[in-house]
Amino acid sequence: MLLFPLPHFPRFPIYSCSSSATKRRGTAMAAKLLSRLRQLDTRLISLQHQRPFFRNARLFSGQQIPSSDSHPSLPPTPTPTPLPPPSAGSAGEKRQRTSSLKDHELAKFAAISDTWWDSEGPFKPLHAMNPTRLAFIRSTLCRHFSKDPNVPKPFDGLEIVDVGCGGGILSEPLARLGATVTGVDAVEKNIKIAHLHADLDPTTSTIDYVCTTAEKLVEEGRQFDAVMSLEVIEHVADPAEFCKSLAALTRPGGAVVISTINRSIRAYAAAIVAAEYILHWLPRGTHQWSSFLTPEELVMILKRSSIDVEEMAGFVLNPLTGKWLLSDDVSVNFIAFATKKAEG
Amino acid sequence: MNRLVVRRTLYSNHHQPKCPWKRGFCSGGEAAAAAPASSASSGQLNHKDGSFAGDDQPYDLAIVGGGMVGMALACSLATKPLTKHLKVAIIDSNPALANKLSIKREDPPDPRVSTVTPATISYFQDAGAWQYVQQHRHAFFDKMQVWDYTGLGYTTYDARDVYKDVLGCVVENRVLHSSLLSRIEVIMCLYPECKCIRLQDTDVQKTIYPSRLASMIRYPSSSVKADDNTREASYIKAGLVKLEMSDGSSLYTKLVVGADGAKSQVRNLAGFKTTGWNYSQNAIICTVEHSVGNHTAWQRFLPGGPIALLPIGDNFSNIVWTMSPKQASDLTVMNEDEFVKAVNQAMDNGYGPHPKSNFSNGSNKFSFLGGNLTMSTNESFEVPPKVVKLASKRAAFPLSLMHANDYVAKRIVLIGDAAHAVHPLAGQGVNLGFGDAFTLSRIIGEGVAVGTDIGEVSLLRKYEAERKPANIAMMAVLDGFQKIYSVDFGPLNVLRAAAFHAANYISPLKRGIISYASGEQRLPIFP
Repeated sequence: MLLFPLPHFPRFPIYSCSSSATKRRGTAMAAKLLSRLRQLDTRLISLQHQRPFFRNARLFSGQQIPSSDSHPSLPPTPTPTPLPPPSAGSAGEKRQRTSSLKDHELAKFAAISDTWWDSEGPFKPLHAMNPTRLAFIRSTLCRHFSKDPNVPKPFDGLEIVDVGCGGGILSEPLARLGATVTGVDAVEKNIKIAHLHADLDPTTSTIDYVCTTAEKLVEEGRQFDAVMSLEVIEHVADPAEFCKSLAALTRPGGAVVISTINRSIRAYAAAIVAAEYILHWLPRGTHQWSSFLTPEELVMILKRSSIDVEEMAGFVLNPLTGKWLLSDDVSVNFIAFATKKAEG
Repeated sequence: MNRLVVRRTLYSNHHQPKCPWKRGFCSGGEAAAAAPASSASSGQLNHKDGSFAGDDQPYDLAIVGGGMVGMALACSLATKPLTKHLKVAIIDSNPALANKLSIKREDPPDPRVSTVTPATISYFQDAGAWQYVQQHRHAFFDKMQVWDYTGLGYTTYDARDVYKDVLGCVVENRVLHSSLLSRIEVIMCLYPECKCIRLQDTDVQKTIYPSRLASMIRYPSSSVKADDNTREASYIKAGLVKLEMSDGSSLYTKLVVGADGAKSQVRNLAGFKTTGWNYSQNAIICTVEHSVGNHTAWQRFLPGGPIALLPIGDNFSNIVWTMSPKQASDLTVMNEDEFVKAVNQAMDNGYGPHPKSNFSNGSNKFSFLGGNLTMSTNESFEVPPKVVKLASKRAAFPLSLMHANDYVAKRIVLIGDAAHAVHPLAGQGVNLGFGDAFTLSRIIGEGVAVGTDIGEVSLLRKYEAERKPANIAMMAVLDGFQKIYSVDFGPLNVLRAAAFHAANYISPLKRGIISYASGEQRLPIFP
């Protein structure tokens, strides 16, 4: 966990475009992982790499997770929120059941939505991690869209959607970097808080916050240059469908950035036992280990939606300095940058 | 949210706003100054009613104090592509900022000088300001000799010990200041309506407010009504800091930088607590002349305090002599010849004998440590060049140690002497300040790169976490030296002599000391 993967780690975040050599070396491991994933057949992976004591049934069939997975200590009453209308046909039943689980997750966040911008509150790890993940996003998006990274607003002209924006912790810096940002969240309270906070600064008051879901946006036919969904997919009922929606929201040649937590023993120890029970950084029950995705699974479900993962990196916390760093180590938190093929 | 208000007697400043650079740069300066519309964007300067008008946007940074360190920050921000778009206001009532005085080479050196370490020189080179320093008088030195009045030991440092060319450079403060100003001038135009000749790309917006800071307020956001839609209300809701100047103008800013020196107004207004004590010593500074050139820095520890002789170029040297306040006032008033005699005595035979140069002992005792012997180990003791005459007035000022307990608060940060004041015995004070300024500018750049609001405490804490340990370490070392040398006690004198010998003959230690004093970040004991 205390890995310092690069021999001469510059003071700037690793993912600054100016040091492409160090970046190449740094992502050697992650690149090897990706190339291996691309070559393997998806079915082969599903047979060989399933964890023996858990079947991630959600990804491969229409089955729902049994309700015993839900944590008993959470507030039982879900906040009524606008949900996507159940689509006709066989998927309707599935949608009904999955939406109840989603309510559950939404309720967790609705309960603490006032504390979004309290950098010492339950969202403290997110605030601490934010500059690091922005460094990754900045580097990868600048390279993909051929933007000059050495200007204060490199994302000028880009339309970005932040799915699951919460209080706007990611959306505001993206707007400051020049992007036209649309923030989407299913919890009404979050949107209200995000709107209030963004209005304080004229650069961020242009963010368009909407209380809706990715599926609804797809139905409206909206498309964006880049789709961000950071720390969301582990709270979603059906990650495969969610990825399909994200893919539909992306323009051809656009980018998708997803970050989540790996389903590994280390992540159980770090993100659940340590963060929730020992250090009390997050409220208990924020995460469920069974909802985590491994990098292989994420790559697979994105591939099924015709999105190719190009880069992946891990976040590592240095407990002495309290700083989050980008690294090769994807065993706990990781972020993936993917692209949609351009048409023609 | 804190409410910080201090009422001061307002000093009305009838400053006429005119384009300060019109002599050198602006062709349309006079016309702009004459036109009443010139107060459009400089409207804040002479708005007597203090109401906010003019600029649409609040400032990103307000640097209170336009001295060397404040200007270093402004210069560094202006030269980096990520930060040059920031709107910066510089608040300083010093007229030298507005009407830049030209420094003539024929003038004798100003007694206020600083020794800049190689680390600071490289910062200046990165910012592009060192070329302007080189156009004025400056003196690199590559040798330094330190000894004390007991005559028991001495140490010689040479830049070649660490395979470098120079140990440092002695430059007058006004030269450093004007070189930073020149660099800023060249990359910006102060008044947009003034048709200044643009020598380089000038999308840098900086404004100098020639008045003194009167008060600094950060209103609690509850003090405005929710439906109040004026611009000023929106700034208050965003928690911006309002700075009110003594001439009645005011401005809103996202970040206030306190670079206003040891008696910092920003630090007082913001309520930062400080730790420190006064040394019962004053320092006399003056410029002296020799008959021959001087290229070495000399420092002798006397019973009352150290005397330092620093080369400044052209046969001139600068004296920094620390002593008790009574002695300081005596020496300041005595006539010039007496003073010159006193200085020569202090550097030569007064107070005690010369140390003996001993080579053979050294190589026997410490050669077991191995390693490369430094070049300066074999140098014998040299007597400094005699002072021939006094070339400037003598000035005395009291010395103290001061350290602010915190460097940052929400939307406020301290750099330079406002955050820490040290004893001049190692010439490190302004180098710590420059380190602060350039580090803060780098951290602000990193913050802008990831879209952070630059007034965020978490970003400013990164600056504090970087500078505070380094500053405290240096201050501890200097204070330690000051305390050790203030006692005249037999065994302690021998101990100090042993330390001199150790520093002179144990090469790894000497290299460590030189590196530490040159501004590299390692402590001398752990190379």
